[in-house]
Amino acid sequence: MEWETVIGLEIHAQLATQSKIFSAASTAYGAEPNTQACAVDLGLPGVLPVLNESAVRMAVKFGLAIEAEIAPYSVFARKNYFYPDLPKGYQISQFELPIVGNGHLDIEVDGVTKRIGVTRAHLEEDAGKSLHEDFHGLTGIDLNRAGTPLLEIVSEPDMRSAKEAVAYMRKLHELVRYLGVCDGNMQEGSFRCDANVSVRLKGEEKFGTRTEIKNINSFKFVEKAINYEVERQIDILEGGGKVIQETRLYDANKDETRSMRSKEEANDYRYFPDPDLLPVHIEEALKDQIRSELPELPDAKKARFIEQYGMDNESAATLTSSRELADYYETVVKESGGETKLSTNWISGDLIGALNKAGLEIGQCPIEHTRLAGLLKRIADNTISGKIAKQVFDELWNSKASADQIIEEKGLKQITDTGAIEAIIDKIIADNPAQVEQYLGGKDKVFGFFVGQVMKETQGKANPGEVNKMLKEKLKR
Amino acid sequence: MHNKTLTELAQGLREKQYSSVELTQFFLDRINQHQALNSFITVADESALEQAKAADTRLAADDNTTPLTGIPVAQKDIFCTQGIKTSCGSKMLDNFIAPYDATVIEKFNQAGAVMPGKLNMDEFAMGSSNETSFYGPVKNPWNLETVPGGSSGGSAAALAARLVPAATGTDTGGSIRQPSSLCNITGLKPTYGRVSRYGMIAYASSLDQGGPMARSAEDAALLLQTMAGFDPKDSTSVDTEVPDYSATLNDSLEGLKIGLPKEFFSEDLNNDIAAVIETAINEYKKLGAEVKEVSMPNLNLAIPSYYVIASAECSANLSRFDGVRFGYRCDKPADLTDMYTRSRGEAFGPEVKRRILMGTYALSAGYYDAYYLKAQQVRRLISDDFKKALSEVDVLMGPVSPSTAFAIGEKSGDPIQMYLSDIYTIAINLAGLPAMSIPAGFANEKPVGLQIIGNYFAEARLLNIAHQYQQVSDWHKLTPKGFE
Repeated sequence: MEWETVIGLEIHAQLATQSKIFSAASTAYGAEPNTQACAVDLGLPGVLPVLNESAVRMAVKFGLAIEAEIAPYSVFARKNYFYPDLPKGYQISQFELPIVGNGHLDIEVDGVTKRIGVTRAHLEEDAGKSLHEDFHGLTGIDLNRAGTPLLEIVSEPDMRSAKEAVAYMRKLHELVRYLGVCDGNMQEGSFRCDANVSVRLKGEEKFGTRTEIKNINSFKFVEKAINYEVERQIDILEGGGKVIQETRLYDANKDETRSMRSKEEANDYRYFPDPDLLPVHIEEALKDQIRSELPELPDAKKARFIEQYGMDNESAATLTSSRELADYYETVVKESGGETKLSTNWISGDLIGALNKAGLEIGQCPIEHTRLAGLLKRIADNTISGKIAKQVFDELWNSKASADQIIEEKGLKQITDTGAIEAIIDKIIADNPAQVEQYLGGKDKVFGFFVGQVMKETQGKANPGEVNKMLKEKLKR
Repeated sequence: MHNKTLTELAQGLREKQYSSVELTQFFLDRINQHQALNSFITVADESALEQAKAADTRLAADDNTTPLTGIPVAQKDIFCTQGIKTSCGSKMLDNFIAPYDATVIEKFNQAGAVMPGKLNMDEFAMGSSNETSFYGPVKNPWNLETVPGGSSGGSAAALAARLVPAATGTDTGGSIRQPSSLCNITGLKPTYGRVSRYGMIAYASSLDQGGPMARSAEDAALLLQTMAGFDPKDSTSVDTEVPDYSATLNDSLEGLKIGLPKEFFSEDLNNDIAAVIETAINEYKKLGAEVKEVSMPNLNLAIPSYYVIASAECSANLSRFDGVRFGYRCDKPADLTDMYTRSRGEAFGPEVKRRILMGTYALSAGYYDAYYLKAQQVRRLISDDFKKALSEVDVLMGPVSPSTAFAIGEKSGDPIQMYLSDIYTIAINLAGLPAMSIPAGFANEKPVGLQIIGNYFAEARLLNIAHQYQQVSDWHKLTPKGFE
């Protein structure tokens, strides 16, 4: 039997507003419990919500970026359920009339581009946090997170593999960061995902029974959780059983999903329009204004990089994976005097490698663009060789000095004085008669030995082009 | 002193006939003397006298004073007051001290008013007789065996007995107008959105509206002046200018078009009450008004529609009272569900429970369309009825309540009978219109109120119409026996 996987994702992106969606309390992460929760967030009697305009603008910005319909009229609803960290006994969310309607996102998997539908994206407030440790059998409540603005982005069930799901999630992650509407910090829960997974026999039209895996907060876990779940469902079906519609939890330590609750005991949320909030009207003029503020989006930027800088697809994808990195790249190109190829190679290679190794983001890069551009200039004008450049690069990483200062201080300038190189070559030829013999006898490989010796003698500073040229001359005789 | 109007009291303060401290002490003594009425939940002697002292300083320096500076204004216990208990008439909040002031309270504080205490009310404003209060029923000063009406019954009784010169109320389905009518005082429910709801504990958010309760329209104008206005903390408050309500009180009523909805005068209306209303309307004719019959065919749907919408909203609004963060928590809960169920079960009274359950039912899967959605459609029909009627006439007039004050206990066993007490007031809340109740006479020695309903934001006109009547009548000046 051949099975087909069907996946839909619900992604919660925390909007990067300064204050909460319905109150003036700060959204900053990591404060002492309950220090960033005002009367409104605590749900005290008598308090009322007031919508944060910047959350609305961010939602619209996102909607425009995925070419979605922006609802001219959207409504906040109350989603009613009891939970200790839900202060009002209801969550303010959007139900029937969300702010962002149908849109789409293109993903690329194994060189094939595929369009994934976005059903809707709606604004809602986050709940607080229950703390079960350190309370001696009781539970503590931290309401700092209560009222944090979220954009819940719901996809169509268009993905057919865990790989596609990850590609979609990555693409969305990249997009919200480009737009500046979400910091994308997954450790802090700013970007998390629920995955709806089902399987069906290939060729069948009807969807299989799905399960929902809750709150996955890394790309790796999404892939693992989906793969585990697909295997589990296929095993059940092939064994003649039935998949139960339920909510499951992914346990990263055991790499398995576990049942949380079945849909039978699911809540009846009793949604109804929140009478404390007016409907949101989005005028064309506001849409136009926000559209004019949209940055160049990842796909467009990638196409431009290929076109403008002559990059291959892979480098372009890497260098446009975040707005900061792309900006860094373009600044280096400019400051190095248009060294596109060198910039591409050094940034997508050495620099990203070093950043990854150190676990740093481009924003925390210890080599400022000006200093990297300085290095590239010296490679381009042959002041140093590519090999020496690696040494300078390490120095740039560890100090605040410029490439020129490092080259000067450490005496790394290439030796271009032909007289000096000639003397060294003569000495090496004289010292190694056996190798000369071999080379003259037709063993071309030995040529490398001579180059190596010259480089060793000059500590790599001899201009390799010059060395090659002169060696060939001298060894002819 | 207790029979003086707000303007007279303000004048006395400025002429140094008495200080605010003396005035405040006078009313505090009167409140203490008449505790049997049970109109107050909290008497705030200490803080009131402090406020009075501050007001005296302000008056002496003539520093930013208003007509309310130094005047005692009692607050319905639904408005959050920083540092002073706000119970909303419920055991649930018997231990609740708000860390902030409601916008209305803030405004009175800024005006320099003095708050002598918090007035008794039906639990969470759910009731038409003040019998659902955790603190016991309030007595009607006109007849201590009868109810003062609800839910602002404490406010109405305290004003009728002259325990305070001014008070606030809130009106979700008639809770300012019905007790005003039953206690012979003047109450105004403003247009929805005119007075901020911030800090006013929510019963049914789309219907709740705070307003002034006073002894005359002139006094009500001064109170509304302070209460009204846009509040950025309340998204449903409306950003329109607040007119000078006192300035137009003496405008002529010549040519005023009064509409009488024939549905208000059906055979269900008690004859004695009908006669009082008729006499009052005749007074208006003498003042130059024209009278015309109008029809509002959907009015009979108001009560069922109201009880679905109000209950639905209250089922959500009251879910924050769960024993977790504030308010009542049951003793030694076994687990979370036990904490929720016992805290709510032990602290909410039967009427509150009834409405929460009705609302939960009306919103639940499979019933939403049949109840909640349908009720919202009916609400629109009722609004349209009013819109049409008010395009033909300037104001509508009619009774406030189908009966005068009834005996304590008389209707408390029959919720439907109780709900019908609001039959003439509820539709106005569904439409969000402003309306007043003013003293218009007596039936069997019990007060009867006349209801005046206006167009959106026509509060100034309503106050003018009420004031003109009060210039030619003395009903509003009558004081119940034992409280003269």
